[in-house]
Amino acid sequence: MGTTSTQLIVSRLTVENRASAFAVPDMAIASRQVLYESPVHFTPLLDESHVDEDRLRRLVQSEYASAGITRELVDTGAVIVTGETSRKENAQAVTRALSDLAGDFVVATAGPDLESVLAARGSGAVDYSENTGKTLLHMDIGGGTANLALIRKGVIVKTGCLNVGGRLVKFREDGTIRYVSPVLEGLWESGDTEELCRCLAKTLEAAAGLGESPWLKALTTAGTASLPLNDPGEPVVPSFSGGVADCISKTYPPRAFGDIGPTLGKCIRESRLCHGEYYLGSQTIRATVIGAGCHSAMLSGSTVFCQNVALPLKNLSVVHLDREDQTAMGPVLTQAAKTQEGPWVLALPGYTAPDYGRVSALAEELLRFLAGKPMLLCLEADMAKALGQALALRAGKDAEILCIDRVRLPKGSYLDVGAPVGPAFPVVVKTLVFGT
Amino acid sequence: MNKQELSNLVAEILAGMGSEPQVKAGDYRPTCPGPERKQTAFAPGDFVPDVTELDLRKLYLTESPRNRERFAAMKEKTPARLGCGKAGARYKTLTMLRFRADHAAAQDTVFSQVPEDFARSQGWVSVQTRCESKDQYLTRPDLGRCFDEENRQILRTELPQNPKVQLVVGDGLSSAAILANAVDCLAAIRDGLKLRGIDPGKTVFVRYCRVGAGDAIGDVTNAEVVCMLVGERPGLVTDKSMSCYITYGARTGVLESCRTVVSNIHAQGTPAVEAGAHIAGLLETILKKKVSGVALYGEEGA
Repeated sequence: MGTTSTQLIVSRLTVENRASAFAVPDMAIASRQVLYESPVHFTPLLDESHVDEDRLRRLVQSEYASAGITRELVDTGAVIVTGETSRKENAQAVTRALSDLAGDFVVATAGPDLESVLAARGSGAVDYSENTGKTLLHMDIGGGTANLALIRKGVIVKTGCLNVGGRLVKFREDGTIRYVSPVLEGLWESGDTEELCRCLAKTLEAAAGLGESPWLKALTTAGTASLPLNDPGEPVVPSFSGGVADCISKTYPPRAFGDIGPTLGKCIRESRLCHGEYYLGSQTIRATVIGAGCHSAMLSGSTVFCQNVALPLKNLSVVHLDREDQTAMGPVLTQAAKTQEGPWVLALPGYTAPDYGRVSALAEELLRFLAGKPMLLCLEADMAKALGQALALRAGKDAEILCIDRVRLPKGSYLDVGAPVGPAFPVVVKTLVFGT
Repeated sequence: MNKQELSNLVAEILAGMGSEPQVKAGDYRPTCPGPERKQTAFAPGDFVPDVTELDLRKLYLTESPRNRERFAAMKEKTPARLGCGKAGARYKTLTMLRFRADHAAAQDTVFSQVPEDFARSQGWVSVQTRCESKDQYLTRPDLGRCFDEENRQILRTELPQNPKVQLVVGDGLSSAAILANAVDCLAAIRDGLKLRGIDPGKTVFVRYCRVGAGDAIGDVTNAEVVCMLVGERPGLVTDKSMSCYITYGARTGVLESCRTVVSNIHAQGTPAVEAGAHIAGLLETILKKKVSGVALYGEEGA
């Protein structure tokens, strides 16, 4: 759900056991298939900024009918609310409207960082980088913003956001200017849209470390990373998705969509971004929604432990314990117990192929601080089942314990955990979240 | 065609094979210069570098690759000997030495022994099959599956009768696998069984052990399930891989298809402690369903 448009996709994720029948199971998402893409709808709004719950609900119901699916077939629902509509009360309204329509967990989430990640995955840029080993700077250029992601060898390392998009300026039927986005205030006075688009393209160049632009700082979205994302002199392959990406590969009449999209696309095509190698997403305008539908859920490791914890768990805040201070976990856990209001998950790196003594020692250390409390643990190294078991043996049958592994939680992220698929748990790692 | 004609014909064919004269190996000189050799000087008493200490996943020897980084990234995911480069039509010296060293390690492992006091230090009951040496163990698999009266007596007196689970550790074909993994794996199994309210009982160590020895232990103890950790046949990737064989109603003559197997337990495969926790869960399932092996997979639909 964006400021102006809303779209729904239905996808099927196939989970497969990659290990042989003679080994410990190893579940993984083997394929992600889009079954249905709805047409693009206007976002149902009551006024400028409030979502109309009833119309949204009816919209989703009618799209379920068009897709030929019923609520019972939906295991997991994810709602990505973006842009102006990503206000707390809207996220709550959406959750209310859809909670019994979208399976086990509804994710009402937003923020430019997550959008960048989803667009980079949905466009195919992450796969391209992984397959070629190249470093990509992915730009998902939409109406109001360009979401940027730096991808090295298939791993998204940084995200950023620029207020550059196709609808910064809109036209009337007769071609005169109807609207200029406030972000251009003080930057662009001439009224020459060709010149504006050349400057915006130059800004994107600068965001990829190609030359400099006086607009770069001014157009960087408040509260996001400073640009360029790549290291000085580090070459990147520019990569594009979003509505404007269509205008890079194809030439449209300048007023075809009543905005500067076609001209901006042409200026990008003529810029230094497209002089060398560049990548156009296999998905352009739908990159974010495909990313949300196919790439938001991951699977934990397959040897994990769960006792007395009711699933799904939503919006767990993450408390980090770094390898270095694992011995001094007291301060971190004491602090967390004091400051965390809702349920929280402890993220720790764990040990690679540890001996059982270390596992037991860690369990005892954790219990010194967490005894009597719900214990939600997320490890990177493969040791969750052994640790969970060691905790349960000491804490007793009634203790609430969830111990999953092979999941890395970035700083400042939130975690959802769904009901198990075979022995593994589906998880969604979120970078920003509103409401519950 | 007489003899003379034949030898004339052969001489003619040889002469027609080309103008380049045959060159003896000792006289051979490459027509283009090879890579320059670095002279490495070793002081007296120094050791040459140990080729087995190199991490094969990081060792990429191809000269002038098109994309070194990409190949290196793929190599990280497999222990296979890829990207070895070549010297003429052959392996490079390093590759050859490493291959032979790994092969030697695998052979050594087969012939190595679990130390005498290892089982005792862990508090395990210790027995030996009817094999009397490694050589006999390798040549007479049948003797590795049964015990003489003296060892049966030890099993009878030291182990409880009719246990739910009888835990067994066997050296099998890799003593190194047992030394590296058995203690940690077993600790996780025992804790996992306790957690599930199942008495883990006593553990028995078997020297010169084949998987079938577990059936003979089942005969003596009347255990409901026999769970055996045993060293796998060492390969060129690791000589420390351990397997677990779980047999419901293990008695002499039980079908091999009645065994549930968890293989590849080692530091680069499934870590010993995770495998142990997994095995404890499997044992609970097997006791509940009263079946193991192929039939268990049918039950689970897995």
